[in-house]
Amino acid sequence: MTTAVITPEEIIKKGKIVFEKTKLINDGALSYCPGCGHGVAHRLVMEVVEEMGIWQDTIGVAPVGCSVLAYEFMNIDMQQAAHGRAPAVATGIKRVFPEKFVFTYQGDGDLAAIGTAETIHACNRGENIVIIFVNNGIYGMTGGQMAPTTLSGMKSSTSPYGRVVETMGHPLKITEMVATLPGVAYATRQAVHEAKYVRKAKKAIRKAFENQRDNKGTSVVEIVANCNSGWKMTPVESNKWLEENMLAYFPLGDIKK
Amino acid sequence: MKQVKLMKGNEAMAEAAIRAGADAYFGYPITPQSEVIEYLMVEEPHKRTGMQVLQAESELAAINMVYGAAACGKKVMTSSSSPGISLKLEGISYMAGAEIPCLIANVMRGGPGLGTIQPGQSDYFQATKGGGHGDYRLITLAPSTVQEMADFVDLGFELAFKYRNPVMILSDGAIGQMMEKVYLPNQKERLTNDEIIKLYGSWATTGKPESRSRNIITSLDLKPEKQEIHNIHLQEKFKAAEENEVRFEEIQCEDADYILVAFGTSARISQKVVQLARNKGYKVGLIRPITLWPFPKKPIAKYANKVKGFLSVEMNAGQMVEDVQLAVEGKAIVKHYGRMGGMIPTPADVLNALEEKLISNK
Repeated sequence: MTTAVITPEEIIKKGKIVFEKTKLINDGALSYCPGCGHGVAHRLVMEVVEEMGIWQDTIGVAPVGCSVLAYEFMNIDMQQAAHGRAPAVATGIKRVFPEKFVFTYQGDGDLAAIGTAETIHACNRGENIVIIFVNNGIYGMTGGQMAPTTLSGMKSSTSPYGRVVETMGHPLKITEMVATLPGVAYATRQAVHEAKYVRKAKKAIRKAFENQRDNKGTSVVEIVANCNSGWKMTPVESNKWLEENMLAYFPLGDIKK
Repeated sequence: MKQVKLMKGNEAMAEAAIRAGADAYFGYPITPQSEVIEYLMVEEPHKRTGMQVLQAESELAAINMVYGAAACGKKVMTSSSSPGISLKLEGISYMAGAEIPCLIANVMRGGPGLGTIQPGQSDYFQATKGGGHGDYRLITLAPSTVQEMADFVDLGFELAFKYRNPVMILSDGAIGQMMEKVYLPNQKERLTNDEIIKLYGSWATTGKPESRSRNIITSLDLKPEKQEIHNIHLQEKFKAAEENEVRFEEIQCEDADYILVAFGTSARISQKVVQLARNKGYKVGLIRPITLWPFPKKPIAKYANKVKGFLSVEMNAGQMVEDVQLAVEGKAIVKHYGRMGGMIPTPADVLNALEEKLISNK
């Protein structure tokens, strides 16, 4: 009897690598619900930072909300800001480290409700930072309450019969608002629920970081995302609902470039 | 030789910040401390030292700009007055939790609410008992002269970095606005980015090189068992500060029958009261806490068995008096005398109160 000898090299024979996870996203489970768009948005930001070769000079600011733990997943130096204050925190970093790349990663409640003043004034000063704004129309972290971007008639735990715009206000198009400010170099709305949108979103994020490199002022990249848990839908249903409802009110594309 | 100038307390503090080698100041106007940011804007310290100065859209934004910049290992300061400090407390609590060193000045006015723009000392509790949410302390320095407004800037930064915790200069509108002779400290060089990385690279967000793991600045830990360990660590720092950082001044206490305890403007008035009282034949001394937290418990307790009573003189309804009582542990009578709403007591007012509350009561 002879035994065939298989070498370890033959067992772990590498194929041609066509795609690798960016080394700037840490291994380990994300805290997001399966089906949520945050994971893709995180990856895109870190891919851009890696591809531009700026990770040693990039400082991120995590918000309060679902992405409060973004610093656990992104393998760069990061600060966690109080609710809504990320643009002020980023301002502080950028003012003492003008040569570094600084970005905030915020949700709709953080950026467009409690942090409206910080958002508008950072943009108005033209702070040379990137603001990544994930808009899923709901407060995910605290359990599905109404957000400033919750659509008219949309149900949430604090608008259980649907958002009544007469008493609860209208869904806020804050990206259009900040696009009117001279300090804003670039304002765009993107999505990540399908591959074709992901590719465009990544280009937009790249452009935003290039603007910062070129000292052009504030770049705001809104990403309309799903929240299947908060919307009480399956991931597939939520993507369909996003396409039909969220994108109807929050149309994709560049608002200012 | 040190430079001598006649300056307002607020201006002296601003000039001292430039000379301390501060990297940035973020503020928002509020009476009676707007001279701090006004002075800095006129001085253009970016031309002198590279120090950045920015007027924020609110006190909330200003303190969070401090958070961001200070978490990079930079020397950063803000200042405000009572209502503005209430807004800053969110950021201060976060900084204590995230262990970020910074310097905050409160040039107090009378409260509550919008209160008045006249001097007050009614934020003693807010400064020394935490103020914001959660278990934390602020090392609190109480200047009583324009000279100390200047001197406590460098000291404040030193303590902030030593303990990686916010430090507060608790002044008041009188000291902020008055002009006095001040010996300005010599200019310190700002640290270079390389020096900051060398000194604080183990925790500050300076950009992650290959050689170390990422630095995270956060006050969050969702696991209670880990958050408790963090809390214990913070409490150990506060305990060390209590043991090492008590500062106070003692005036004519050796033979005293009665001791006044007062800080800031009240201490200046009380100094005169000591003189007036001694002229009348009363043996009166003064203990002036310089650190309101950690409070000089032992120096006060030392006299608890020797004197007939303590009078805590404050421009508030009676706040520090509680700490005097805790220090004295019932071994002597402790009374309070105060004016509120922006009113400043005269030395005669305090002497009358001393006679009424302690001397004639015997």
